[in-house]
Amino acid sequence: MSGPSTYQPQHPALKWLETRLPILGLVHSSFIVFPNPRNLNYFWTFGGILAFMLVAQIATGVVLAMHYTPHVTLAFNSVEGIMRDVNSGWMLRYLHANGASMFFIAVYIHIFRGLYYGSYKAPREVLWILGMIIFLLMMATGFMGYVLPWGQMSFWGATVITNLFGAIPLVGQTIVTWLWGGFSVDNPTLNRFFALHYLLPFIIAGVVVLHIWALHIPGSNNPTGVSVKEKQDTLPFHPYFTVKDALGLVVFLIFYCYFVFYVPNYLGHADNYIEANPLVTPAHIVPEWYFLPFYAILRSIPDKLLGVIAMFGAIAVLFVVPWLDTSKVRSANFRPLYRQFFWIWAVAAVGLGYIGAMPPEGGYLIVGRILTVYYFAHFLIILPLLGLFEKPRPLPASITEAVLGGGAPVTAGAPSGPQTK
Amino acid sequence: MTMKSLSTKLAGLGLGVMIGLGAIGAGAAFAAEEHGEEAQPTHFPIIKPTLEPWSFAGLFGRFDTAQLQRGYQVYKEVCASCHSMNLMSFRNLAQEGGPHFTEAQARTVAASYQVQDGPNDAGDMFERPGRLSDRFPSPFPNPEAAAAANNGKAPPDLSLMAKARAVERGFPWFVLDLFTQYEEGGPDYIHGLLTGYKEPPAGMQIPPGLHYNPHFVSGPAIAMPPPLSDGQVTYTDGAPQTVDQYSRDVAAFLMWTAEPHLDARKRAGFQVIIFLIVFAGLLYVTKKKIWSKVAH
Repeated sequence: MSGPSTYQPQHPALKWLETRLPILGLVHSSFIVFPNPRNLNYFWTFGGILAFMLVAQIATGVVLAMHYTPHVTLAFNSVEGIMRDVNSGWMLRYLHANGASMFFIAVYIHIFRGLYYGSYKAPREVLWILGMIIFLLMMATGFMGYVLPWGQMSFWGATVITNLFGAIPLVGQTIVTWLWGGFSVDNPTLNRFFALHYLLPFIIAGVVVLHIWALHIPGSNNPTGVSVKEKQDTLPFHPYFTVKDALGLVVFLIFYCYFVFYVPNYLGHADNYIEANPLVTPAHIVPEWYFLPFYAILRSIPDKLLGVIAMFGAIAVLFVVPWLDTSKVRSANFRPLYRQFFWIWAVAAVGLGYIGAMPPEGGYLIVGRILTVYYFAHFLIILPLLGLFEKPRPLPASITEAVLGGGAPVTAGAPSGPQTK
Repeated sequence: MTMKSLSTKLAGLGLGVMIGLGAIGAGAAFAAEEHGEEAQPTHFPIIKPTLEPWSFAGLFGRFDTAQLQRGYQVYKEVCASCHSMNLMSFRNLAQEGGPHFTEAQARTVAASYQVQDGPNDAGDMFERPGRLSDRFPSPFPNPEAAAAANNGKAPPDLSLMAKARAVERGFPWFVLDLFTQYEEGGPDYIHGLLTGYKEPPAGMQIPPGLHYNPHFVSGPAIAMPPPLSDGQVTYTDGAPQTVDQYSRDVAAFLMWTAEPHLDARKRAGFQVIIFLIVFAGLLYVTKKKIWSKVAH
């Protein structure tokens, strides 16, 4: 995806194809010889993990859709039919339901890594924004997917979240009615959510292609934040990063499968094993865990419209981080103050998640408000000011110097390594 | 509906029809002075479930076939007179990893019920003996009839009961549960509830038609009268015929109806995880070898 391909097919059939559609050259330059900084740590394997999770969710989801019925009278029992009577249906459904959570765990680690190492800074702003668009699409997809089993939490979660749009002045209620396709969350809502839940992952896949394209123009950032300067700063993608990403992925799969096979309902909610009933409201309506920090922000603000604005603002502010951060230095490893503030912010974000799961009363409400203010202050006040006042530690001259801890030369043939043997 | 009005609704409506909160609240102002917190609890359940040993807990957990068979007997002779179990069929009784009755036994059980079928060629509905493919018959023809016969509240379907009730675990338990693989909250709750009926503390007013049970998750009193008593169900395998044993057996049976492929899941899980660990080990060695020639 960057520059002309150096791919030289030997086989006549491949030559024939390559002159007509240079797709092998594209794969070769993007995933075989693509130069990656040699000092990437395991946090950089989450991009590959996320790509895997998207494919896994689509694969399990397509099969689930073959057995699922998007109708209010049948949806709940069709999901139970999958759990009971479809061959390995329980495995597909638990893989898919826990897969959504794993997708979000991976994406949060991916985003935190980007924030810590300053991966959003020039020249990677568009890459970062595309990532945020994927994040938003994931949230929409996850939310609509949770509605499909048509349990109590599906129904009431859908009611609460769609009602948020009612806060829009003048046209709010009209928009909500339009979203529902009626005057309450009902069959038209379930039906369109199913259609959109099937559609959005393919839109995500499209934006992922743009995300990878935008990545392959400047190349990956790295733990030092220092740009690649010469060839010896990098290693070819294959075999170095294919094997490293594969190892990261398989370790992640162990974690994923532990949930699927041993605690498959740990991240779910018991009320979603009760069929949706519009006449009975659950004692506590809580969204899926990955929305909890934003849910906490929403509930911290007494005014409904301002609450909704703050909730969406908490995501919107991430889009403009490349311009809020005024520091020239990328990596927190060389920014003593930012490094501390990053961790304080990370604790605040996780804390908001905890508050989001608690009832909005008493001490929880007060702590939630303080954390909400801090969440925004981090981006709107601390980040811009830090760049002006912080004195960064001296940066290494190059990635190679950082790796070798001095000016010692790197083995000349190393970058092409085992591949040329 | 605004968020605020919704949260008020939660506080008001969420506890459900069967809790006589309003009635308690009205009579409690006076009682509270005398008896304090005990007569006026604010958090439910009043007593959290205790963690019971279950054969299906943990890495190698498996259902105990004999226990599931006894549990089915308790369900059939006691629970099924009020509760439906719509997701289960007679064929499931012969399922591996379940009560594992022989197919002939399951057929006999099915045939002991009369099931409505039809319409036939003449357009008439008719009754016939049950078959393996039939669902467990419901005690009432519809939820309205169930409610009418039970003080206005239909007894809930039991198919998923063991996964549909959760008592809040709180910090740090909810974190530790992940490592101890605690997913038996449902059976623990059911066992606690079925053995938990007792006299209400002095000063607590229980509305007529409700029954004090400190293990009930949605309030101080439950609409279901104490369903079990010692010696009520006659076991043929020599297991103790006590309320405690009945409730354990039926809780295990309900865990099976909620999660009929639990045995297969845990068995597959062990194989999958072993495979992945070996695969990760091989990848680790490969990665080390490939990267050994370059500084990084």
